[in-house]
Amino acid sequence: MLEHLELFFRSIFVDNMVFAVFLGMCSYLAVSKKVSTAVGLGAAVIFVLGVTVPLNWLLDKYLLQDGALVWLGPEYADYDLSFLSFILFIATIATMVQLVEIVVEKFSPSLYNSLGIFLPLIAVNCAILGGSLFMQTREIPNIGLALNYGISSGIGWFLAILAIAAIREKIRYSNVPAPLRGLGITFIITGLMGIGFQSFGGMLTGDNEPPEETQSTTVETKEEKEIKKEIEDKEEAISYNEALNK
Amino acid sequence: MALLSKKDANLIKDPLADNNPITIQVLGICSALAITAELKASVVMAISVLFVLGVGNVVISLIRNIIPAKIRIIVQLVVVAALVIIVDQVLKAFAYELSKTLSVFVGLIITNCIIMGRFEAFALGNGPWKAFLDGIGNALGYGIILVIVGFFRELLGSGTLFGMKVLGDPVAKTGLYSIGYENNGFMIIPPAALIVVGIIIWVQRSKNRALIEEA
Repeated sequence: MLEHLELFFRSIFVDNMVFAVFLGMCSYLAVSKKVSTAVGLGAAVIFVLGVTVPLNWLLDKYLLQDGALVWLGPEYADYDLSFLSFILFIATIATMVQLVEIVVEKFSPSLYNSLGIFLPLIAVNCAILGGSLFMQTREIPNIGLALNYGISSGIGWFLAILAIAAIREKIRYSNVPAPLRGLGITFIITGLMGIGFQSFGGMLTGDNEPPEETQSTTVETKEEKEIKKEIEDKEEAISYNEALNK
Repeated sequence: MALLSKKDANLIKDPLADNNPITIQVLGICSALAITAELKASVVMAISVLFVLGVGNVVISLIRNIIPAKIRIIVQLVVVAALVIIVDQVLKAFAYELSKTLSVFVGLIITNCIIMGRFEAFALGNGPWKAFLDGIGNALGYGIILVIVGFFRELLGSGTLFGMKVLGDPVAKTGLYSIGYENNGFMIIPPAALIVVGIIIWVQRSKNRALIEEA
């Protein structure tokens, strides 16, 4: 339960899709002129992420990982198909989006009309593929957490686009320097919001956990984190020894 | 005889400035910003996109008449995904450290809006040679912004370029550091990239006022 809560808040605030890793920026910038459309796109992103991340988790677990094919029989234990993950993930996403579109159109025309134009857009939204790829690199252990990760990072994206849309609606009344109008000021505001969101970095550093490096520009792989932890442990030990000597 | 007709040359020249994919068309920002803290990563990313967009545009242009319109997005995604897998495997083989730094952002070239955007807007309606030039032009326009952002972020943030200490040694206090210069750690954090791009847009639109948006 605790790990679910932690992942939930981490994905929304600390590793926010927009502010921490810049995913889905294209539609974030293009569709954030009005709050109502931003809400529509945000809801669609939450939904599609919630569906595709667990699905791709299953694919990764039973098809792509090193030795994942072992359920076919022991002679398949050596296969590592992870190089195919890009193509498989994107195919899942594109078909899911198409499928969702058909189902929604059939059963809820009103929802279809409000989401309509955004659904096909989402197939090429980097936040969706990014969600699946991060799920893979962070080695999320089970499908429940994968579902949680998909939905909560969708919510993070939703919050971001909602916030910028609200700001952009208001900033129309401000006197922005002409060359900065529109795109330029949006970039700078997003940057400032990103700096604000960095302060959430300290939110989840519990008692005995080392502070999380959310500021690093690249996503650390698990091994790098372990190495860092080792170094930190050593430094701690050294300073502890020094204190003892005194 | 000129190698390129004037029209063809414009296909390459336009995206470099007045129709730049990042600052004007607002495409491909997703994967562009996160990896620009170092110049080296920016250059590699630019080259990868150059390859994927150049080859992808030609492939799509060649098969444009036999793709059924309804499933063209999936076809396009498969073509890009195949090319990106090649890039990813090459990077893993020859530049393992760098591919670690770029991590998922190599994979995210697939959903880079520049690529889908150029496929949809250009390759589906033009012959292979033109599509190739258009791909190269747009990828270069993207690369230029990436390199500019990477240059400033690495220079101001870490005082290095391509990992070389061009401003002197911050620990030994040589070069600029001997007169009290400090690295600006702010440039390293991800949001700084957005602000740098915002400033580039500002500069560009001040020079060319035709690009200014209506309020």
